[in-house]
Amino acid sequence: MSGLISILADGIAYGMLLFLFSIGLSVTLGLMRFINLAHGAFAMCGGYVAVVLLNGFGVPFLLTLPAAAVVTGLIGVVLERSVIRHVYPMPELQQVLFSIGLAFAAGAVANILFGPQQQPMLLPDWLTARVGFLGVGITGYRLFLVLFGLVAAGLLMALFNFTLFGARVRAAVDDRRAAEGIGINVDRLFALTFGLGAAFAGLGGALAVGFLGLDPTFPFKYLVLVLMVVAIGGPGSIGGSFAAAIAIGAIDALFKYLVPEVGNYVIYALLVLMMIFFPRGLAGRAA
Amino acid sequence: MRLIRIGAGLPLLLAAVASFFLFPEYLSLLNTLFILAIFALAYDLLQGHAGVVSLGHAVFFGMGAYTAAVLAAHGVTEPVVGLLAALLLSGLLALLLTRIVVVGNDLTRLLVTLGIGFLMLEAANQARWLTGGADGMSDFTMGPVLGLFRFDFAGETAFWYSLAALVLVYAFLWRLTTSPFGLALRGIRENVRRMPAIGAPVRRHLATAYTISGGIAGLAGALLAQTSNFASLDMLGFERSAEVMMMATLGGTGSIPGVVLGAVGFSYLKDALSAMSPKYWHLGIGLVLMLSVFVLRGGIAGGVSALLRRLRGWE
Repeated sequence: MSGLISILADGIAYGMLLFLFSIGLSVTLGLMRFINLAHGAFAMCGGYVAVVLLNGFGVPFLLTLPAAAVVTGLIGVVLERSVIRHVYPMPELQQVLFSIGLAFAAGAVANILFGPQQQPMLLPDWLTARVGFLGVGITGYRLFLVLFGLVAAGLLMALFNFTLFGARVRAAVDDRRAAEGIGINVDRLFALTFGLGAAFAGLGGALAVGFLGLDPTFPFKYLVLVLMVVAIGGPGSIGGSFAAAIAIGAIDALFKYLVPEVGNYVIYALLVLMMIFFPRGLAGRAA
Repeated sequence: MRLIRIGAGLPLLLAAVASFFLFPEYLSLLNTLFILAIFALAYDLLQGHAGVVSLGHAVFFGMGAYTAAVLAAHGVTEPVVGLLAALLLSGLLALLLTRIVVVGNDLTRLLVTLGIGFLMLEAANQARWLTGGADGMSDFTMGPVLGLFRFDFAGETAFWYSLAALVLVYAFLWRLTTSPFGLALRGIRENVRRMPAIGAPVRRHLATAYTISGGIAGLAGALLAQTSNFASLDMLGFERSAEVMMMATLGGTGSIPGVVLGAVGFSYLKDALSAMSPKYWHLGIGLVLMLSVFVLRGGIAGGVSALLRRLRGWE
């Protein structure tokens, strides 16, 4: 029983990371209809920023997290303003090609700068220690991830549901033309949300180094899971993405530990079934 | 556009035949280029003509490769029989999958094809007894083509064998896409809502296109397995699916000679750049893809027909 709970805790921690990876994609897909297969590259970028700061400059772990988010967010805004905004009006195929190209290039740059190997990350002692939680021993890092993910999700939901900025984004997601008509600067909103999405992916990437590892194949490694979170949660829905990410993380972890022979199939079979029976996602919004 | 469509097949064939005499040391590379051109043509029947984007087309390529390899390993060593079996089985697989691919919009289609791709990869990985798992399959030998032409070390038989298949596929697809059926597919690409209004059975057309495309992709996979004497997991991986999409698009999606040129150019560059280092290949192709979205929307074929139009304007 306690084994099961610790596996679940693993899965939920994994789900939290998936949530951070995918929330930016969910919002940009809902808002700009931009199919960004390169979103994983932002997570990778955050990961490398954290590793360089921590291992190269001895910056404390907790400080590397906001740094990763800020740097990645800035890169996201610059890319959006310079290139990506010209891709929004293009048909899906061009978007897919552009973003696959971006992901390939990002992976190659990481490979050239840092080499193809896994990046080591020395976590502080208080994160590697095992802690008792609800009578079960799990590593502090898992617990930290879960708490961090909850806080991040709460903040995001508050931002989108209770602030003027959030109201503008929701208005633009629902009906872009009407939102422009009442004077919302949708163009600037696009840049801000794209940067915010990139920042959260970067944060997730920095957190993921100690849990999932980091190497130049990162942008494609979690692509399917991230797209799944978005498709199931419904593009543009934060609560939906959160629920989908946790469910996918938990299901994936449970089946991989309990039934390893079929564990790798379950998540992809789930994806295909979901898309056949709920092509609009659980939240019911069309992509 | 019409001018290229009719006129480009013969020069391409002549160039292919000439390459046999000009580059006798590169026959195995040329063989691979022909095979990938077949694969790209198969894929472009969907993307270029019917407007259906897929990120899992390597599933059929891999299905064909494993069909040919497994048949050969179990004593059916006649290559042409293996090709036909691969064509039928991959087509059948496509027919089974078409119901779930044809529904939905572009995003769900991308996801479903991506998901099916990973499912099949995992299935091939797990079925070690049949496919050899991650090690791949190489313990099979092919018999002579039609009982006459033995596969030789220099790759001469493989060259003509694949070229013959490419010519057949090229002619078949050219005929198919200029038929009323091809016109209906383009109608679906241009406006999927209006087609039912003129009485076109959209789902059945898409299912037919998907089945043909899957079958020909399987044929290409079988050719690669037979001529390289190897079948492995990377033949149905994500990267191969993404590559075929790039080949078709860079060559000029919707144009048959353009797609052949795109596949050949792409594969040649990949071979040359990967010999330097795979990371520079990834960087190069990434930049080219991002640029192509902005500067060469119609691919090579689009560029050529724009040039022709301009030349004609000067006359």
